[in-house]
Amino acid sequence: MKHLIDIKDLSVQEIDDLIKVAKDIITNKEKYSHKCDGKKIATLFFEPSTRTRLSFEAAMLDLGGNVIGFSEASSSSVSKGESVADTIRVVGGYCDIIAMRHPKEGAPLVASMKSIIPIINAGDGGHNHPTQTLTDLLTINCEKNRLDNLTIGLCGDLKFGRTVHSLITAMSRYKNIKFILISPKELVIPEYIKKDILEKNNIEYFETNDIEEYMDKLDVLYMTRVQRERFFNEDDYVRLKDYYILNKDKLVNAKDDLCIMHPLPRVNEISTDVDDDKRACYFKQAEYGKYIRMALILKLLEVK
Amino acid sequence: MNIDSIKDGIVIDHIQAKMAMKIYEALNLNSLDCSVAIITNARSEKMGRKDIIKLDKNIEINMDMIGFIEPNATINIIKDYKLIDKYKVKLPEKIINIAKCQNPRCITSVEKNLDQIFLLTDKENRVYRCKYCEMSLN
Repeated sequence: MKHLIDIKDLSVQEIDDLIKVAKDIITNKEKYSHKCDGKKIATLFFEPSTRTRLSFEAAMLDLGGNVIGFSEASSSSVSKGESVADTIRVVGGYCDIIAMRHPKEGAPLVASMKSIIPIINAGDGGHNHPTQTLTDLLTINCEKNRLDNLTIGLCGDLKFGRTVHSLITAMSRYKNIKFILISPKELVIPEYIKKDILEKNNIEYFETNDIEEYMDKLDVLYMTRVQRERFFNEDDYVRLKDYYILNKDKLVNAKDDLCIMHPLPRVNEISTDVDDDKRACYFKQAEYGKYIRMALILKLLEVK
Repeated sequence: MNIDSIKDGIVIDHIQAKMAMKIYEALNLNSLDCSVAIITNARSEKMGRKDIIKLDKNIEINMDMIGFIEPNATINIIKDYKLIDKYKVKLPEKIINIAKCQNPRCITSVEKNLDQIFLLTDKENRVYRCKYCEMSLN
């Protein structure tokens, strides 16, 4: 039995296979509509997340399966002091697969150590969010038709942004990838990401705090939100939250086929005047998230 | 300085100078019912100065703990006043319940009955990361 706790749990071949299945789902939805008849997914969301939870639920429903679960800790036994290990042992008897979000980092790993059914990490604090990374990879693959030979700009909160860390980890395994790391000095990428991933894999990268400096070089621009919940100090959050606002003017020198991404929800970091630009891919990205989760559910349930 | 030789016991040698007390405390050696000698700042050809711990009893010791604190230490096993075994400790690949994760966001801060596990991720720089949240241990 396999779980998905960290994107590194999947080999490049496995990721490529998931993308292949997801693309097949996109073009042949009917073919997959009964693949999970009689199966149930439990979405255990110990902290709220509309998008990720709904995309898991939509994914299972589109596969013909059913959904149980809760959307916040207060409506679960956690509010009575139940441990993750106990919750998972109980829920494992009610369903076939679990998608779990938890504010504590490492909680899905603990769950996987105790579970008799596959566990999918749907986000654990500021740590991992592998299905977001799979979503991002599918988006890049669909929009650029490749996952190699790309210059990728990552902009915003590169310090706490788990999506950014996971995306760097995943993309570092493909050939000829360059990163442009755009952030204020307070939110630069952690040293261990530079040392353990970028430098270890001889990945070329440039750091800047100017979003326009490398705009003409980018194939992908990945915007991120500065997240209030990652800060211990409210003043720091207020000072940094609107540091970058991508608008049409800043895209003047961008390539015609730039792919603008954002894990959503956005606040101010992408102006709504960009939404109608053909290069804006973030709403498509959210939809791709459902298809890659469908592919993942099929893989973990070993449904052919 | 003379310390009586031991009949049956253990000598932890090649401890970096001034680190012996750390090992003494970590191994909880004050709870033993045998003699324990701590020699600090002893002259050493290799190390300049070193610490040594002698235990007057053959006990089971936590090698991972010693390796984590002092990966260059050597363990000498003494029986009938003779050295019968000698080996170097090494930096353990994994340490269990030796250190506690300091990340307040880590699941180990709230989950009951969960071992504190750290994995060696960078041998050269002796970096250990929490198995659960991956935060490095300072």
